[in-house]
Amino acid sequence: MSEPFKPKIVAFLCNWCSYTASDLAGTARIKYSPYARIIRVMCSGRVDPAFVLKAFGLGADGVLIAGCHPGDCHYIEQNYKTIRRHAMLRYFLERMGIEADRLRLVWASAAEGQYLAESIDRFVADVQKLGPLNWSENWRENGDRERALEEIVAEHAETMEVPV
Amino acid sequence: MIDHESLRIGVYVCHCGSNIAGALDVEELTRFAEGLPGVALSRHYKYMCSDPGQELVKRDIVEHRLNRIVVAACSPNLHEPTFRRAAEDAGLNRFLVQMCNIREQVAWVTEDKADALTKAEAHLAGAVRRVAGHEPLQRQFVRIVPRALVVGGGIAGIQAALTLADAGHKVVLVEREPSIGGHMAMFDKTFPTLDCAACILTPKMTSVKLHPNIKLLTYSTVESVEGSVGNYRVKIRRKPRYIDEDLCVGCMQCIDGCVFTQAKFSNAFDQGLGLRKPVYLPFPQAVPPVPVVDPEVCLQIARGKCKQSCVEACGERNAFKFDQQEEIEEYNVGAIIVATGFKAFDPSVIEYYGYGKYPNVYTSLEVERLLNAGGPTGGKLVLRDGSTPKRVGIVHCVGSRDANYHPYCSRVCCMYALKLAHLVREKTGAEVTNCYIDIRTPGKGFEEFYNRVQNEGVQFIRGKVADITPAAGNGDSPHLPERPSGCLAQMGTVPFSGGLVMQVDDTLLGSIRKVEVDMVILAVALEAQADAGDVRRTFGISCSTEGFFLEKHPKLAPVNTANDGVMVAGACQGAKDIPDTVAQADAAAAKAMVLIDSGQIELEPNTAWVDEEMCSGCKTCISLCPYQAITPDEERKIAVIDQALCKGCGTCVAACPSGAAKQHLFGDEQVNEELEGLMNYV
Repeated sequence: MSEPFKPKIVAFLCNWCSYTASDLAGTARIKYSPYARIIRVMCSGRVDPAFVLKAFGLGADGVLIAGCHPGDCHYIEQNYKTIRRHAMLRYFLERMGIEADRLRLVWASAAEGQYLAESIDRFVADVQKLGPLNWSENWRENGDRERALEEIVAEHAETMEVPV
Repeated sequence: MIDHESLRIGVYVCHCGSNIAGALDVEELTRFAEGLPGVALSRHYKYMCSDPGQELVKRDIVEHRLNRIVVAACSPNLHEPTFRRAAEDAGLNRFLVQMCNIREQVAWVTEDKADALTKAEAHLAGAVRRVAGHEPLQRQFVRIVPRALVVGGGIAGIQAALTLADAGHKVVLVEREPSIGGHMAMFDKTFPTLDCAACILTPKMTSVKLHPNIKLLTYSTVESVEGSVGNYRVKIRRKPRYIDEDLCVGCMQCIDGCVFTQAKFSNAFDQGLGLRKPVYLPFPQAVPPVPVVDPEVCLQIARGKCKQSCVEACGERNAFKFDQQEEIEEYNVGAIIVATGFKAFDPSVIEYYGYGKYPNVYTSLEVERLLNAGGPTGGKLVLRDGSTPKRVGIVHCVGSRDANYHPYCSRVCCMYALKLAHLVREKTGAEVTNCYIDIRTPGKGFEEFYNRVQNEGVQFIRGKVADITPAAGNGDSPHLPERPSGCLAQMGTVPFSGGLVMQVDDTLLGSIRKVEVDMVILAVALEAQADAGDVRRTFGISCSTEGFFLEKHPKLAPVNTANDGVMVAGACQGAKDIPDTVAQADAAAAKAMVLIDSGQIELEPNTAWVDEEMCSGCKTCISLCPYQAITPDEERKIAVIDQALCKGCGTCVAACPSGAAKQHLFGDEQVNEELEGLMNYV
């Protein structure tokens, strides 16, 4: 039997809801997967897409972003921006040859310690199914890379096009 | 840029007794820290938060010239302020301290010791790398607005408002109904002392009205809350009463003068059992004692056609204002107390209890109104046909302790059911049978009251009522056509007047019993208000699973919430009785005073700012800020962030395409460093 795959996952938790939920999970002694490494941000809206890319660049097998439920943001509406960035990032990751499912967005209120723990467990299990990031290997040299780059360049040109 | 040469980081690993030390190898973690970049010293200690623990940090800062501190212990939400203060005491800027959460996020949630160590090492490396990027910051303070907002004019809100006002603080009290008083004003007597509710409540209601420090806004709701702790801007929507509160003297002549000679509309305060006119006072002791006009049934407002005999009756007071419109008033407040109370459970969803189907099945709140001398029957307990019941059954735990409805115990039902049993016996001499699961009387004088009621001859059957059906030979017309509006008007006309049978599994006797009664009282649960979700959002607080507002800590911060300037009091936080509600209201008032009397509050240090050299003036950030803290400087073609308005979410920083938007403590430098620490060492 080979050693089970222990993924490295970066979890960005917003200070007001999800980080507090993780504290609650602790206080309630709810056991969950140890593979998510937690980083506190004030708001899920602070999660710069560059942070997510950097996490993958550093070899993270998955990135979790957790924030307050829509409508409950401590900063009124900033998690809506997270929703858009999440969609944008999934699209972008796919193009870069990283499975979009390696990025997940969840909402966990300060009262949902149990739910956050379960969400982390579920995400870890899903990432384990995907296997290690192993980007260069997983992204087969079958032309994917070229095609992706071409598409990105084409789209960029399209958006930058100045109407005559 | 980080000056790696001069870094001297001190790392402190806390055992937290056995909380952390029992779940992972703290010595190994300490050794691991020694190898991290910039670490000058690494120690572990039994309780870092203790005085000797803090002294250790202070001494090391001086003796070992430490310029950054990492404490691997509990959540920053707990002891970050402790170690920031310790560092400051030793002459180090308080923001050069970083907490590393290895208790709540590692020790307490990880089964395997080796896994726990790995995760703790990753978190610790992240913290060490992060703190290297910290910069000394100045603390910022703002003045606190010396005024409190109390939301909800039940006994909780009344008590909190009076306590604050008596201490010399300005209070705005908002109540959505036309009168303050809440549920307590509906009750006849209060357990276990049997004080008349009105006798102890109305003096307080009047004090609220007369208090120079209290601004009372009834028939009003909180529309929006902006700002943050110490300085909230609150918009309050005032519904039109169509009678000017300042001009009305409360003579009630208009009610007598109304063109409707008979009251014919259901009075919600009487649970639909009593009737009122289009112009009415919900109950005789209402505060303010100003009638209100129901625009839906008032002929003048609804149809624009009425001889306005009410206006005539009002005479030269001239208080009627049929053109009154909704108004929005704005107030600045420093602290908010939410005391929005509870809702009585609607038992019609439990079909087998027949509420709404059998006319003589009542809720406890309806019976409170019937027993109340100011109620629709003047205090007479009667059946729908007007006769006096001879046998009364009381069903406990209706909606409480029931997995189908509310799993929790509503705490007050046993006691109010005992009280009702006593009052029913006292007023009618009827035979009273209580069907209960357990009798719960944990309170001062409660068990004694239970004994007293038992000695008065009230019957008790231990068992949950399974079914309520009409008694045999009584199947003629068990259905009540129109309920709840105007039920009492139909008294004497409803043909159905026969008995009901409660079927109960007597668990002490071990057999099914059928008890025939004339009236059933359902001791309904207390549940969260239907709009608790909206209220929670308005005030930026949380709800627990049952919908009641969530306190900051169930034991040590029972009236505070996650929103620092917002306190909760009374049954909106959880079902509770009047003594507990009053105690909690005073506690909430005290907490509001702690805030207001401190005079100033520290701002979040993690505000965003713009590097003017790098900003291209693209304005991407401006529309992202929900606080309008960012404005364009058209002359210099850059964005400017107002430090007093910025709340430090960092969304603009994440969006800035050129990296010109920066943030204290949560800048790209710090987060990127932490990411590398998290990922690169284990």
